[in-house]
Amino acid sequence: MKLFTKIIACITTFAITALSLCSCSTQKNNQNTQQSAQQGAVKEIRFLNFKPEIATKYEQIAKVYESETGIKVTIETAANNTYEQTLSAKISTSEAPAIFQINGPTGYANWKDYCADLSDTEIYKHLTDKSMAVSTDGGVWGIPYVVEGYGIIYNSEITDKYFKLENKATPYKSMDEIKSFKALKAICDDMQKNASLLGIEGVFSSTSLKSGEDWRWQTHLANIPIYYEFEKNGTDIWSKGADEIKFEYQENFKNIFDLYITDSVSDRKTLGKKIVDESMAEFATGKSAMVQNGNWAYEQISKVEGNTVDEDDIKFLPIYTGIEGEENQGICIGTENFLAINSKLSEAEQKAAADFIYWLFSSEKGKDFVVDELSFIAPFDTFTKDETPDDPLAKEVVRYMNTDGIKNIPWSFTAFPSQKFKETFGSALLRYAQGTITWNDVVATVVNEWKTERQASEK
Amino acid sequence: MKNNLKKYFPIFVLPTFVAFCVSFIVPFIMGLYLSFTKFTTVENAQWVGLENYIKAFTADDSFIHALWFTVKFTVVSVISVNIFAFFLALLLTRKIKGTNTFRTIFFMPNLIGGIVLGYIWNLIINGVLAFFGADITFDAKYGFWGLVILMNWQMIGYMMVVYIASLQNIPRELLEASQIDGASPLQTLTYIKIPMVMPAVTICTFLTLSNSFKLFDQNLALTAGAPANETEMLALNIFNTFYSRTGWQGVGQAKAVIFFILVALIAFIQLKITSKREVSE
Repeated sequence: MKLFTKIIACITTFAITALSLCSCSTQKNNQNTQQSAQQGAVKEIRFLNFKPEIATKYEQIAKVYESETGIKVTIETAANNTYEQTLSAKISTSEAPAIFQINGPTGYANWKDYCADLSDTEIYKHLTDKSMAVSTDGGVWGIPYVVEGYGIIYNSEITDKYFKLENKATPYKSMDEIKSFKALKAICDDMQKNASLLGIEGVFSSTSLKSGEDWRWQTHLANIPIYYEFEKNGTDIWSKGADEIKFEYQENFKNIFDLYITDSVSDRKTLGKKIVDESMAEFATGKSAMVQNGNWAYEQISKVEGNTVDEDDIKFLPIYTGIEGEENQGICIGTENFLAINSKLSEAEQKAAADFIYWLFSSEKGKDFVVDELSFIAPFDTFTKDETPDDPLAKEVVRYMNTDGIKNIPWSFTAFPSQKFKETFGSALLRYAQGTITWNDVVATVVNEWKTERQASEK
Repeated sequence: MKNNLKKYFPIFVLPTFVAFCVSFIVPFIMGLYLSFTKFTTVENAQWVGLENYIKAFTADDSFIHALWFTVKFTVVSVISVNIFAFFLALLLTRKIKGTNTFRTIFFMPNLIGGIVLGYIWNLIINGVLAFFGADITFDAKYGFWGLVILMNWQMIGYMMVVYIASLQNIPRELLEASQIDGASPLQTLTYIKIPMVMPAVTICTFLTLSNSFKLFDQNLALTAGAPANETEMLALNIFNTFYSRTGWQGVGQAKAVIFFILVALIAFIQLKITSKREVSE
């Protein structure tokens, strides 16, 4: 009898709690369905933004979109280097983002269960170069929304000063004549010798090799030798990529990397402490004449306090590494920013998300934001030739894209096997710079890591 | 009356029980389950059996390396933290002027968060090593001793407070009696003070042991594993496994389960051993 009462008590309490909880939620649900039935549309979409530096601008866009369509766009931003973490944490909650970003084939492999097929969306139809989209397994899973370019950013005021030096030891008279690694090395070495005359501390800004700050080398610079190797072997990064690499053009990588760390503001032994911000600040304050980075860095340069670089003096030079035929090489142009739509959400929500993206890249207001505020070079035919951002580096990217006879290098690093590969590569570069391992060790590390990481990721 | 209370026992316990389930049991079981699956998020898990556990040890030697590094670090820091903390406590229970100020100062580092502390020490150590043309990323031993120093700096104050409380609880008459019997200060220390503070030793070793073993933010901020993951401790290794490879979340989870078992086991054994040595008054 006692046991019986106990059980009854238990069950009743459980039932009461459960009931009250249920009734709460059903009420809510009812309200929701009623509301959406009345308006026949989704009220809110969530967008997980990748670029913290432009988060506030997205919020302005969201406000305008809400006032125009009544649909609220909630912008959430992941802090630097934490996008994957933030996305994993958010996507299985009830506040899952409708629009998120993947970084290419490798990112797609991780998120394929969540990527909706975008081949029927309006925005895909307007994509100028369809080969840029993430399209495998018979669908389109990610659409690039911005084209970016990187190379060696140089301050033409300082280089002009150099070309006017009386005691310069090179025959070159302007940057237009610098068309090969040989020429680049010659002027850099000579500029380094005359550093005090030029008022700089070194030709190149510090090669930031602190862990987490080394992506300019283990990803961006590494792209060049790997691209040439892929090209030689006919490797297609979108379908399969490569299971193994030989790092055939390691000599070329070493050429430019040695130049960066030798003709530098900082001693090569101190590079383990350097971060990207510091490097950009050195360029902005005129301590260095060159720095390898992309057009996204313009904002960073212009915001540095005590900035001495004139806007018109900021130019791009291709990263020459001593590869045959590099006279016609351009800068590295591509993207690792692909928008994806969450396939786990309802049809209506997916549609609303696609509509927002289309609005942003096709309506007059949206386009103004993209060009003027976000400074994106958008790869859609809804943009006319004049509708490009007017910061100096973006202009340079457009110039390289539209110059005939120049072969720009695509971003092949989206097919690098894993984040771990890049990290290991970066720490090997650091140890090489510090002098604790030899260059051959670096090459061996890269080749081995590629193989093991490919195997590890395939399963 | 008693009977009535018993009858309603389940009802009174229910809210706490539900909370316990929601916030502890369910996540724990889910974590355990996920370690046997391949998943990107908790929703799309696929059962793979023991594969993750095998991969954790065989795919590369980073986990074993991290384990040894953690063990070495734990041994060194448990010993050093406790010795320093105990002697500081002895010093500050004497009647010196300004003991309270000193106690406060020594305790303060414990109030600073791990990440901040890591960056501060990163600057200090790099500043010192710069004289020798190096920095903390040059050699794993710099990172190791850097972590030990950091751990000591942070934990000594806290442990010192525990030891002080315990030393002050030693009955006066015991110390006076020993003095009358002619015990030297060293004898008082070894035969009276140390046995009497054994309960504090149990607590302090437990706290330092589990804290050193689970160290994460200090590790991340001070070395982030540099050079080449050689100073990567277990928690950081798990974190890196989880996020730096596509499809390896399950392996990270498996490592986390192994980590949990290890921590629980070590703490259990340690508690057993030290509590045996406690004496009652």
